[in-house]
Amino acid sequence: MIWEVFRQERKGQPFTHGGSFHAPDQAFADAYAREFYARRGESVALWVVPREAITTIEEFPDEFDLKYRRVDGYSIKARLKEARERASTAAP
Amino acid sequence: MNARAQLLLELADDELILGWRNSEWTGIAPFLEEDVAFSSIAQNEIGHARALYELAAAELGTDADALAFDRSPEGYRCAPLVQLRLVPDWARTIARHVLYETADAIRIERLKEHDDAELAGIAAKIEREEVYHRLHAEMWLDRLGAEQRYADAVEELWPYALGVLSPELRPALAERVGREEIEAVERAAPGVEFAELWNEMTMVRRSAPAGAQW
Amino acid sequence: MGAREQEFLDYVQGGGLVETDDWMPDEYRARLIKFIEMHGNSELMGVLPERDWILRAPTLQRKLALTAKIQDEVGHCQLIYRVVEDLGKPRERCLDDLISGKSKFHNVFHYPTKSWGDVGVIAWLVDAAAIISQKALLKCSYAPYARVMKKVCWEESFHILHGRDTVLAMVTGTPEQRELVQEALDRWWEPLMHFHGTPIPAEEDPMVIWKIKSQANEEARQQFLEGYVPQIRELGLEIPDPRLRRNADGVWQYSEPDWDKLTAVVTGHGPASQERLEFRRLSRAETDWVSKIVLAEAA
Repeated sequence: MIWEVFRQERKGQPFTHGGSFHAPDQAFADAYAREFYARRGESVALWVVPREAITTIEEFPDEFDLKYRRVDGYSIKARLKEARERASTAAP
Repeated sequence: MNARAQLLLELADDELILGWRNSEWTGIAPFLEEDVAFSSIAQNEIGHARALYELAAAELGTDADALAFDRSPEGYRCAPLVQLRLVPDWARTIARHVLYETADAIRIERLKEHDDAELAGIAAKIEREEVYHRLHAEMWLDRLGAEQRYADAVEELWPYALGVLSPELRPALAERVGREEIEAVERAAPGVEFAELWNEMTMVRRSAPAGAQW
Repeated sequence: MGAREQEFLDYVQGGGLVETDDWMPDEYRARLIKFIEMHGNSELMGVLPERDWILRAPTLQRKLALTAKIQDEVGHCQLIYRVVEDLGKPRERCLDDLISGKSKFHNVFHYPTKSWGDVGVIAWLVDAAAIISQKALLKCSYAPYARVMKKVCWEESFHILHGRDTVLAMVTGTPEQRELVQEALDRWWEPLMHFHGTPIPAEEDPMVIWKIKSQANEEARQQFLEGYVPQIRELGLEIPDPRLRRNADGVWQYSEPDWDKLTAVVTGHGPASQERLEFRRLSRAETDWVSKIVLAEAA
């Protein structure tokens, strides 16, 4: 049985994938995770997960370019310029 | 030598020789993950030996390395249990591991209550690491406990395990292990087999005059 | 080469990275497995020359450091075999092929260790040579392998320090201690010069073409010489190659190593090859029952 380990290097940081190993159950997996990913004090916390509990999703269709959900969906430069110009000429 | 130094040396010798015996598995343990885990246990034991020798050395006016390496082989007081060479028998290795950790826990709990603050302090520090050794021993006991070769190994090593502890602590060990107290294999001046081990352990160090840096 | 293979080749040559589940040409997968498996084998066989010296280590500190170094190597083998497993070859089969002599391991692990001087020279210089190759693998087109190399390189840097410190203690010790280092260096220099392989040009090396390796063999050797010859010489140690020198253009010149000897060594004809493989065969046979009851039932 293969286990995946995610490790946190310092408090407050995100957990990142460390690696994987064979272990027959959670007790062994916990012991091995401790040895493989924290024996030099390089982690402050570990997530130890059976590989079979993880699914991978790699297909993200976006056929009709729905960019309004991203920052590159907006080009405010020209409008902002015009708005600034109007504001300055309108001022008394 | 006073009783305090004697006690420290007994403990340190146990940890040094067991640490070495366990490190004999480095690179040849049953599978790779276990190899790494068992090596850490061996390193912790040698680390405990070093800390204990340092305390004894402060009292005897020497240093930890001199106590670990420069005594004559007859001067060591490690329990016969830790001297046994068990590679490549994993069932006996785990049986010794389980028995030793159980015995050591009893001894360390007692030492934590010691009037001597230094001894109590080092016992508390050692105990914090031994917790993980016990977890490791227990997970293996769960896996191998039902195997005949494991039962045979415990049967064989039980009198040796009793010899790790002083007589007044033995009933507690018998209770925890669930076996009857029988005649123990006592600590004694080590024999020929230990002399061979010592010979190899000190050969590099002895190749330069005393006091040489390595 | 088919259109799909060509597209893949263009992709990796343009710096593209590949993940485990991505489509890849059979040749690429086969080359990855062979190369990474040999790397894993080498980590595992690399344990054997050093492990005898755990007992003989002359101080507690050295005993601990050496044990930790060997522990790291076993850990590296585990990480690297995992990469091979995800490419389709299970660890048990890697071990079968290793002990039957079907797959190879690195030349330096076919030699015996004779003194404590070897322990220092191996940890310092063999690990230095290895870290040069491994650093170049950080740029491997196969990303899971490159990620593992990050952890491997980080741990190797401790080994070099441990090795250099061990050597320094001996060269500043008695004349006999110093001689242990010189004698070990004399024996290890040839294997070190073999370490990075024959000087095959990068444009002809399929491993470079597929971007599995990012560095030609000779480039790695030059980097080793540039970095370590001055460090060796500043300790007053002598390198056993009278023709070794640095040209004005910065290229190191050296006596041509015996490449046939390298081939012989890595195909199992080194001075300690068979003894080491036999030792692995035996220790695996003796503990096989454990992995069977512990790992197999969960598989």
